[in-house]
Amino acid sequence: MRARSAGRSLGAGGRRMADAVLFEFLHTEMVAELWAHDPDSGPGGQNMSLSVLEGMGFRVGQALGERLSRETLAYREELDILKFLCKDLWMAVFQKQMDSLRTNHQGTYVLQDNSFPLLIRMASGLQYLEEAPKFLAFTCGLLRGTLCTLGVKSLVTASVAALPACKFQVVIQKS
Amino acid sequence: MAVCVAVIAKENYPLYIRSVPTENELKFHYMVHTSLDVVDEKISAMGKALVDQRELYLGLLYPTEDYKVYGYVTNSRVKFVMVVDSSNTALRDNEIRSMFRKLHSSYTDVMCNPFYNPGDRIQSRAFDSMVTSMMIQVC
Repeated sequence: MRARSAGRSLGAGGRRMADAVLFEFLHTEMVAELWAHDPDSGPGGQNMSLSVLEGMGFRVGQALGERLSRETLAYREELDILKFLCKDLWMAVFQKQMDSLRTNHQGTYVLQDNSFPLLIRMASGLQYLEEAPKFLAFTCGLLRGTLCTLGVKSLVTASVAALPACKFQVVIQKS
Repeated sequence: MAVCVAVIAKENYPLYIRSVPTENELKFHYMVHTSLDVVDEKISAMGKALVDQRELYLGLLYPTEDYKVYGYVTNSRVKFVMVVDSSNTALRDNEIRSMFRKLHSSYTDVMCNPFYNPGDRIQSRAFDSMVTSMMIQVC
């Protein structure tokens, strides 16, 4: 995930494609590496790896939130911040926009992506459904980190019904 | 040329504060602290404004007899406060704006540094040298 300015300076199309693929490979290796250390420990070990991945995504989200919101004008309300996540953040990281954003107007938002780039290489349907959540942990952290920089405390969870579509649920924590 | 530059976190504690005449530093710290009230006032006024245009640059916060204090707030509610010598009348608004823009982009770079924990004091030497270039040279 390099800053967009770096991509622009060397010719948009070719440079941006390499960025996306490099990030996908790096992400796959991260998940594989964290799982390799806990081959036979029970749910405890797995939760640890999931929170490490989420923590990584959180720190990256904090930095991205700072960098991407630099040029935009100040946000007026929560919905503007969520729209920024769906359009600008998703475009910068995954080169596409979020497919749908729904809310219950009481602090819960559901972001749906029908062809999530990190899952699209795996399967198209129900195969590998149990493996999918570990590939979403980093992205949940990413969303939480970006929201944190923009001043919104939240809890982000993800669910997969059928690859490669997935839903991210963002619950705003009112303090 | 600034006399004092400060970066204040969202929770209103200083992440970085540096002033040039190193004697009487406390006076500048106090000035920055009092300017935070004005910044908060401007931010809440911005929230209630019906105008679509919501700028990051806050402008002149308040003038004293020797100094002028300018403010800038980012989307992550991090505030930059700059104190400028009043006698330096050559400084125009767009120069102040460009100084704030440079500060903002250096702060973004500090944030992206993996060795920096958000919320700590800024200790980056690159940030230090950028601020030095903006401050008055006092030999």
